[in-house]
Amino acid sequence: MFLSRRLQRNPEFAQGLRDMLPQATGLAAWGLMTGVAMLKSGMSAPQAVLMTLLVYAGSSQLAALPLIVAGAPAWVILATGFCVNLRFVVFSLHLRPYLMHLPRWQRMMHGYLTADISYVLFTTRFQQPGRNSDEHLAREAYLAGVDCLSWLSWVLSSLLGIALAQLVPSEWGLGFAGILCLLGIMSSLASSKMRLLAAAIAGATAVLAFALPLKLNIVLAIVTAVLACMVLEQLRSTRSAGAGR
Amino acid sequence: MTDWWTLGVIIGLTGVTVLTRCFFFIFSKPWSLPHWAQRGLQYAPIAALSAVVLPEILMAPSGDLTSWQDARIFGALVGLLVYFWRRDVLLTILLGMSAYLPLHLVLGW
Repeated sequence: MFLSRRLQRNPEFAQGLRDMLPQATGLAAWGLMTGVAMLKSGMSAPQAVLMTLLVYAGSSQLAALPLIVAGAPAWVILATGFCVNLRFVVFSLHLRPYLMHLPRWQRMMHGYLTADISYVLFTTRFQQPGRNSDEHLAREAYLAGVDCLSWLSWVLSSLLGIALAQLVPSEWGLGFAGILCLLGIMSSLASSKMRLLAAAIAGATAVLAFALPLKLNIVLAIVTAVLACMVLEQLRSTRSAGAGR
Repeated sequence: MTDWWTLGVIIGLTGVTVLTRCFFFIFSKPWSLPHWAQRGLQYAPIAALSAVVLPEILMAPSGDLTSWQDARIFGALVGLLVYFWRRDVLLTILLGMSAYLPLHLVLGW
């Protein structure tokens, strides 16, 4: 990871820091807001600090907040966080050839620290995995540089947000900023009509089934939307295959 | 007791972060997901976000749909418009909040 001197000495480490710099302010603003939202949704300051330092995933942290407040069962919260994070599963398949030469512990440290922005910067700069040890090292150092600045900007700004939030009364409703953030991330994922349909089905189901206990409306909504879109996709592909014949 | 529960949830969510970010390189043996699971991956993240977000905007504490006089609805509408205008999450939050806060604080919606 980024504390390793071996990686810091490689020039690609500094390149990673430089490439991350323009992104760091946006990430810090998001971190600041997440810090405020955690506290204003009713977490204690130590809990919010711990969540920042350990979970290190803004969208799943924010999605978990209303469920924690509602006292949803832990498995519902973890399953929701897992679904929100499934985009990382796709990233991990892409990153595998870049990291497989490392021991498992180091691969997993890199994986844990690589979120959306790091992933995009890394795979843009290095479109091919390394073929020899120099190339492997350059890639690893660049990723460590990007991850280093992301981590600093996210964690420091979140801690600042947690500190500032204590000065603002809860009645102001600043926790709503977390919902707006999730709304923005959700819109950024709406890259196809089918995904838009998935969002519409899930949102409608979650509202209609709101009376279900244990926040099971969330689980029902995700399952319904994913199954409906997969079935619809299947129907459309068999129909177009039929039309082609 | 609640604190231990929240602590457990935080540790569980940390595990979820590690599991999803490392999913395909935890084990050395190459493997892949069945086709249906790969297709499901396309839809699950946006479905999960929508399932969390929509009730947070539309439901009143009583469990019924909220009235139209609710600052959250206007904040969210402004947020959506801003996102599809500028494609910027930060701006979405800032302008959404500047629609939400006056309605919430001044009119008490």
